[in-house]
Amino acid sequence: MAVAEAKAIAPSRGLDLPAIIKDCLLATLVAFAIFFPTLGVKTDSTGGLDIILRYRWTAVFIACAVVFAGRLLLQLLVWNRAAAATRPASPLAQRIGELELGKYLGPVVLAMAILMPFLPFTDRYVMDVAILIVTYIMLAWGLQVVVGLAGLLDLGYVAFYAVGAYSYALLAQHFGFSFWICLPLAGTLAAFWGIILGFPVLRLRGDYLAIVTLAFGEIIRLVLLNWHEFTGGPNGISNVPRPSFFGIPFTRGEEGFAATFGLPFSNLHRLMFLYYLAMALALVTFFVTNRLRRLPIGRAWEALREDEIACRSLGLNTTNTKLTAFAIGAMFGGFAGSFFATKQGFISPESFNFLESATILAIVVLGGMSSQIGVVLASIAMIGGLEVLRQLHFLKLFFGADFDPSQLRMLLFGMAMVLVMLWKPRGLVSSRVPSVFLKQKKIVSSDLVGQGHG
Amino acid sequence: MEYFLQQLINGITLGSIYGLIAIGYTMVYGIIGMINFAHGDVFMVGAFIALMVIIAIGLVASTSFVLTFLALILVLAIAMTIAGILGWTIERIAYRPLRGSFRLAPLITAIGMSIMLQNYIQFSQGARVKPLQPIIGGGYTIMQSGGFAVQLSNIQIIIVILTVCLMTGFTYIITQTPLGRAQRACEQDMKMAGLLGVNVDRTISLTFVIGAALAAVAGLMYLLYYGVIDFYIGFAAGVKAFTAAVLGGIGSLPGAMLGGIVIGLIEVFWSAYFSVEYKDVAAFSMLAMVLIFLPQGLLGKPEIEKV
Repeated sequence: MAVAEAKAIAPSRGLDLPAIIKDCLLATLVAFAIFFPTLGVKTDSTGGLDIILRYRWTAVFIACAVVFAGRLLLQLLVWNRAAAATRPASPLAQRIGELELGKYLGPVVLAMAILMPFLPFTDRYVMDVAILIVTYIMLAWGLQVVVGLAGLLDLGYVAFYAVGAYSYALLAQHFGFSFWICLPLAGTLAAFWGIILGFPVLRLRGDYLAIVTLAFGEIIRLVLLNWHEFTGGPNGISNVPRPSFFGIPFTRGEEGFAATFGLPFSNLHRLMFLYYLAMALALVTFFVTNRLRRLPIGRAWEALREDEIACRSLGLNTTNTKLTAFAIGAMFGGFAGSFFATKQGFISPESFNFLESATILAIVVLGGMSSQIGVVLASIAMIGGLEVLRQLHFLKLFFGADFDPSQLRMLLFGMAMVLVMLWKPRGLVSSRVPSVFLKQKKIVSSDLVGQGHG
Repeated sequence: MEYFLQQLINGITLGSIYGLIAIGYTMVYGIIGMINFAHGDVFMVGAFIALMVIIAIGLVASTSFVLTFLALILVLAIAMTIAGILGWTIERIAYRPLRGSFRLAPLITAIGMSIMLQNYIQFSQGARVKPLQPIIGGGYTIMQSGGFAVQLSNIQIIIVILTVCLMTGFTYIITQTPLGRAQRACEQDMKMAGLLGVNVDRTISLTFVIGAALAAVAGLMYLLYYGVIDFYIGFAAGVKAFTAAVLGGIGSLPGAMLGGIVIGLIEVFWSAYFSVEYKDVAAFSMLAMVLIFLPQGLLGKPEIEKV
């Protein structure tokens, strides 16, 4: 009876219900084949060398049910509608796309960011997350020069972050240099490494470059990990000097920041200073890269991204152009690295693994490759999202009281990366227009040219 | 000399494992031109499934020879099937919708998939390493002088023979069967192959299935050889296998195998004669060197830039 009814309704909506059910069952079967061995069977070690298997049928059942329901919903709600008529883009999205998003959103975000520390709900945790987000924005703006503008796929960007962090930590520890002396040094060293690493590999194209940069990232991490005498090996470097407000430390005593300015002592002062420091560095990155885009070198980067052969034919020195992009990107990575070192007070090679590179690259790509405001949005979404995922305590209801929600964090992070890419393959704010172009065509009168008019 | 010979044997064994993983990278790159970052993690999942089947059927060292042989075939069949399904699913979910989209999009989903698989296995199986007691023991002493004996263990023999068999079968598939012909056609020109009636989607899916199945074989070998796995083995093995694929010339199947063996040898010899800590550095430096001086790899065809 129910089937007959469904069949009666189906044609009017253009639904083929049996086919949909069949498709959903197939998807569930595939899901069962994958989930049963990986989720349904758990390998438990008994303490010795023996391993026993425990079976978890409920978990498999739930996973398969989720897949079935998800597939059914997709079939009924998403794909069906998309097939019925090509959906016009929502007017709001269109208008946002038409407006120069950065022009209006940018100042608003900036104002919010500047006021953020003074808002009533701001506590230590919020400040920490905010500093992290700003650091990633800065890193992503740096990487954007390499990936978004010059079109060079760099999977080892974290190497320069590491160079910056270790430069600051080592220089400060061995020579007692202050942060402001170390900052340009760290940037210079990172840029220098960028040139050293870049020079031999920039002849390579596309994915070869990606894999070599990935290899270099790993090499630098492994050297930091194993060169005990110089870098402290896996123990890293602790007691990296904390920042001071132009010589005034953030301590409780007479000499401290609070006492000097007659404020009640608060732990937040140091965090606020770090936050504004990060903001300042990020804004420097923003302005420099934003100006560079309009300079001849920036135009050369964008041209190189579009067509390398054409660039070479027009006499552009592609190696130098790529090297500058690589070195400038590396320099900002170095700045961010030394900020990271002074913020943490402790660095170890574990902070500079491939996952960091992947996260930064994901921010750039999700942001839309060459959109600067897109990077900000992507960074808030991804890093903020990661922090939100720490807070999923309600999951304890499903998995028992000893469940640690942060276990699921990276799993969901990876899933979000895939889903967002599927949803918007060109990033959140996609634009491919060159940064500089002629605003209008110049019409040359026909009596000035030999033939026709141009 | 004896020491050298021993390291040579170890290097070739390790290289066979890398080579099998590298085939998955090189085939996928050859057809759709993307780095399948999740491939290393499919290898890891394959190793886990092999471990589970071995425990489930109660295979131990004392099992008789014939039974062990049959059991290993069963383990292989199950691990290859499930890994194949996993590879198919990954392609279907994360790569196919983005085919023809811009170049970096599938790379990002591949990295996302890799992060997802790693953390999924960590979540479902726990972060601790999983040991497996040696199943295939014994071996031969092929040379002895002074205090040093060159050992060739049974497991090493099995790994190399299995690799040779798989490579032979695989070469047959690529050169002689309709599937192989379709794959080569798609590799040369996907659009044209589609116009001439090759089912491109199916061919690409099968490429992923074959690659994943071979990675699962490598996973079983890794498990039997080292006797310990964890959720993180996929990353290092994956990067080195991709290095092997590039080294051999990406898109070339014998190249992938050759590259795998070269990487295995470099790693083993570097650990034996210089330092264990820097073995990966040596392998990666080798990659950079080869790409700089021989960008098309050892057996690859030089790439022609077209405008």
